[in-house]
Amino acid sequence: MAVHEVTFPITDEKEILKLRAGDEVVVQGHIIGIRDRTQIRIFDQGIEPPMDLRGAFLLHTAPGVRKLDDGRYEKVCIGTTTSARMVRFTEPLGAQYGVRAICGKGGFPDEAIEPMRKHGMVYFAIVGGAAALETTQIEEIEEVAWEELMPECLWKFRVKDFGPLTVGIDAHGNSLYHDVQAAATKKLEELYARL
Amino acid sequence: MPQLLDTDLHAAVEDAAAHLYVWALKDIPQDLRDALRDAAGRETSVPGQRVLSTILKNVDVADSEKNLVCQDTGIAVYTCRVGEHFPLHPARIYEALHDGTARATLEHPLRSNAVHTITRENTGPNVGHRLPIVHWEFIQDWDGLDVKCVPKGSGSENMSFLKMCVPADGVKGIKQFVLESIVGAGGKPCPPGIVGVGIGGSADYAMYLAKEAIARPIGTRNSDPIVAQLEDELYGLLNETGIGPMGLGGDVTVLNCHIEHADTHMTLNPVAVNYQCWAARRATAHIAADGTTDFDREA
Repeated sequence: MAVHEVTFPITDEKEILKLRAGDEVVVQGHIIGIRDRTQIRIFDQGIEPPMDLRGAFLLHTAPGVRKLDDGRYEKVCIGTTTSARMVRFTEPLGAQYGVRAICGKGGFPDEAIEPMRKHGMVYFAIVGGAAALETTQIEEIEEVAWEELMPECLWKFRVKDFGPLTVGIDAHGNSLYHDVQAAATKKLEELYARL
Repeated sequence: MPQLLDTDLHAAVEDAAAHLYVWALKDIPQDLRDALRDAAGRETSVPGQRVLSTILKNVDVADSEKNLVCQDTGIAVYTCRVGEHFPLHPARIYEALHDGTARATLEHPLRSNAVHTITRENTGPNVGHRLPIVHWEFIQDWDGLDVKCVPKGSGSENMSFLKMCVPADGVKGIKQFVLESIVGAGGKPCPPGIVGVGIGGSADYAMYLAKEAIARPIGTRNSDPIVAQLEDELYGLLNETGIGPMGLGGDVTVLNCHIEHADTHMTLNPVAVNYQCWAARRATAHIAADGTTDFDREA
């Protein structure tokens, strides 16, 4: 299991293709915060996002923030939410917007595997609940769009040494979540037999 | 000694609630810290070790930065043990818990998660219709009040499961349901956490008991030896599933399994599962009849 450092947004697809399920990744550059209501607005209400998502790293988050007098936002506590609720947006995020990485906690079900393979995307597993650490890795909130959806706005964060992340699903059709579920389901049969 | 005014006691309970909510979010109990460290020591999978060492680092960063352990400030759940001679009526205790929750949310500030369940519009600073949630227990021959605050994260609360097993399913049916629930939940509830199981009673009461179970100090055992034995057995079985930290595969799927039970109808065999994430936050205040308050991180 290799260790990588990747800077987002990416311009070269090879940066994504070299990542394999189980690898460790640390991220630099800019990432975009997104959540349920943000994606419902983009895809169900058909409203174009006012940020460029090409090559982007999306983080499933609804950050805790403090609004400053000049209208900017200061971080208070930024962590990551459960991804599975938002799996249906994977295909259009890749096909229409060229998103390259989605990061969240708890994983995506198997329906994300094919869109990620087709569009050269990866799913990064972050440690859910580790928000105190995550907050220190976010240097600044650079942009906020759709403030009326607070806290489920579109957020642009500048990050430094963001991670460690684990590649949960790679762009080659491999998913740790699929493998763990398959093994656990088989194990359950053995455990039931012992009850 | 002059009679203590209701308003003073109200203020003491409100102050306690405001302090408990923020404190629980920032400073996790020692038994939880020990359990996480122990888990990191026995995990053998590479992703699992990565997760657990990040968790330990996060707990340290929360201490040093005085920040929240997890951004999900949850839904505020309080468990109150009210002595029959405690001078403030539970209706006023509820009001004080409500006001303390709102005050802590605004003053810190904490993320406000409370929304109307249909319109999804925010209803206020972590308060709303029937929020916060309070569990009540009344104690005879006592004049004190214990308030335990359990900010319950949504990632783990979404992984709650109820099954009305039939008597013929027996204890085996209970065990199977707990196992299939935790395997099905996978990484979503932020494992390794505490699996709370409520058995018996009725459908609603079984889930209530499961919530009580997750609020206990880690590894404590039910006073009924038959139930305690089931806790031990399920704890072992759950860690054989291989789900592992954050569902990435590994040896440590749960930190422990706690069960609360109630007697039930001869035709009922309800089993409820309520998951508590690894950031199993809880904090308690012991409030005396004169308003004197002792905070207790370990209760």
